[in-house]
Amino acid sequence: MTVDELQQLAATEQEAKQRYKFCINVCVATGCIMCGSERVKEAVEEAVKAKGLDKEVLVKGVGCLGLCSAGPMIYIEPDGIIYRKVTPEDAPAIVQGLVSTPVERLICPPNLPFFKRQMKIVMENSGIIDPERIEDYIAVGGYQALVKVLTEMSPSEVIEEVTKSGLRGRGGAGYPTGLKWSTVAKANGTRKFVVCNADEGDPGAYMDRTILESDPHRVIEGMIIAAYAVGAQQGYIYVRAEYPLAIKRLRTAIRQAERLNLLGNNILGTTFSFHIELRIGAGAFVCGEETALIASIEGKRGTPRPRPPYPAEYGLWGYPTLINNVETFANIPAIIRNGGEWFAKIGTEKSKGTKVFALAGRVVNTGLIEVPMGITLREIVFDIGGGIPEGKKFKAVQTGGPSGGCIPEQFIDLPVDYESLTKVGSIMGSGGMIVMDETSCMVDVAKFFVEFCMSESCGKCVPCRVGTAHMYELLHRITNGSATMLDLELLEELCDLVKNTSLCGLGQTAPNPVLSTLRYFRHEYEAHILDKTCPAGVCPVRQVEEVPA
Amino acid sequence: MPPALMERPKVAPPSDDKRWRIVEGTMRRHGYQPHALIETLHTVQETFGYIDEDAMKFVAQSLRVPFSQVYGVVTFYHFFTLKPQGEHICVVCLGTACYIKGSPQILDAIERTYGIKPGETTKDGKLSLLAARCLGACGLAPVAVFDGQVVGKLTPEEALKQIRRWEQDDSR
Repeated sequence: MTVDELQQLAATEQEAKQRYKFCINVCVATGCIMCGSERVKEAVEEAVKAKGLDKEVLVKGVGCLGLCSAGPMIYIEPDGIIYRKVTPEDAPAIVQGLVSTPVERLICPPNLPFFKRQMKIVMENSGIIDPERIEDYIAVGGYQALVKVLTEMSPSEVIEEVTKSGLRGRGGAGYPTGLKWSTVAKANGTRKFVVCNADEGDPGAYMDRTILESDPHRVIEGMIIAAYAVGAQQGYIYVRAEYPLAIKRLRTAIRQAERLNLLGNNILGTTFSFHIELRIGAGAFVCGEETALIASIEGKRGTPRPRPPYPAEYGLWGYPTLINNVETFANIPAIIRNGGEWFAKIGTEKSKGTKVFALAGRVVNTGLIEVPMGITLREIVFDIGGGIPEGKKFKAVQTGGPSGGCIPEQFIDLPVDYESLTKVGSIMGSGGMIVMDETSCMVDVAKFFVEFCMSESCGKCVPCRVGTAHMYELLHRITNGSATMLDLELLEELCDLVKNTSLCGLGQTAPNPVLSTLRYFRHEYEAHILDKTCPAGVCPVRQVEEVPA
Repeated sequence: MPPALMERPKVAPPSDDKRWRIVEGTMRRHGYQPHALIETLHTVQETFGYIDEDAMKFVAQSLRVPFSQVYGVVTFYHFFTLKPQGEHICVVCLGTACYIKGSPQILDAIERTYGIKPGETTKDGKLSLLAARCLGACGLAPVAVFDGQVVGKLTPEEALKQIRRWEQDDSR
């Protein structure tokens, strides 16, 4: 396929869509499928046919609409009506609603802060295009960034644009993307690789999965542009085995892109060639760490190795390798299309653009949100999230999964960016955001994460393998009421040791949940130890029985 | 990437089970390269439900990887299992959101009723209980998967009811 043919295809697709008066978009991402959206879609299709409207109404399955707690969701174009909690029985009424008045009882108020306060870049096509059709993506301007890059820009210009945008890695650490790209571009190697890290292991985070399920071509386009910029010929997407739907849609997307010659040899008739292969993870959290991920792609146990040398110089099979997160790649097409300066205008001074968060836990509106950097936690929890259900009191927000920390109420007006979150003892992380209320015990939460790190430790270095086990043991003693203040001291010392001496990110950040809860909720630890009570009533603290005389 | 090995000793599958052809297909697609190990093991588990010693030996010889490395990989990754699973599988999510919303109680209820812990199977081979790290359905926490069907906003009573439904269906 040539550039002209691609533009032709986009025009034909847009025309085809305009022939329809209405478009009923049914969410078919994992969350809504669980609530039965596939049956809803079938019922809507039948209802449309029964009314004889198949020439005027297009029914399609689309990606995530965000408000997962109210699934299955339907979005009607061009009216912009959003229906929530739709059942197959509602289908005839919804189709009827197209020509008369919409179904009042199912409507999701359009002025809901949940939708109004968001800003979509990565998720701009989510809920609008069919993720299993490349033509849909092309119709909304997909692969235009690739055309621009291949026809108008040199690799160094691409890197310059990404550097100008100020984009930082969305996997958690926030390393400047432009800098990483130029390091790989400059590195010497007969071959180079581009790897997309889709091993989203943080419990409570599902942004990457949703991006892959809702708009897989966006990530592929970002990868091809990256490959052009750094000079790579081969790419891998390492995705968790726990995400079967994302794997299926990625496979479809890669096949479609190959068919249209957007992947493969001589892409769009140029001299540039790039191939992508899928690699399925096998359930090891540590494989999210880049050197462990490389080992896993090579078919070995996923154990990290000391850095430097960084993968940018010595990666897959010893060749220079660029590893970026799903969301990072998903930002690239928009940056190329609109320019780095446009992107740099969004967000704060040091954190540019938007971030996708998975909002979950004790909050009314759970789901997936995309917000500009610098928004406050209060806006996220109380405006977008709709506050805490059942009139309970807000206690803390946990960000960054097992590597992050708990942010207490006193910092609720903190702007969300890389530096601010690090300052209060948490991290941006990949984007999991769990809200906790007064019914959550912070010691129990810390124990939960330490237990996670303990069982996910790969066992290569001693501080992590043995340290996390002892941390767990101490926390276990605290929660069952058999600990003394000496144990607390020991725990703090151990945290310091594990943090400073572990080999990779997993061990280095494993003490964070303990340290941050100790910093802000020390009284809860002391209540467990001294008063033998759990203030939240979660832990089975047993009263020390008096020895009968 | 290491070059593909041109010559390869023909390794016979452990049995004349036709399913081994699927496994060989995966290895062939990757040119019998050692780095196809994890992909191949995925295929073994998909086709047979678990990975036993014979399967590991076969894969090791075919890909020219030491048996110790194959065993190391199989036991390192949580996704691979060495033992056959029960007839029905219940996976309870223990991700953060589910944990906060009460999945430990669900797990506890199943553990007490059926006398098995996560990773175990009942003696009659009917039910396997597994715990997942995060199923990524946090918006609907707490969730569990009953034979591939994900159920959200679950309670301990509802979970037990789901399992009892299997028992009723089977006894019919």
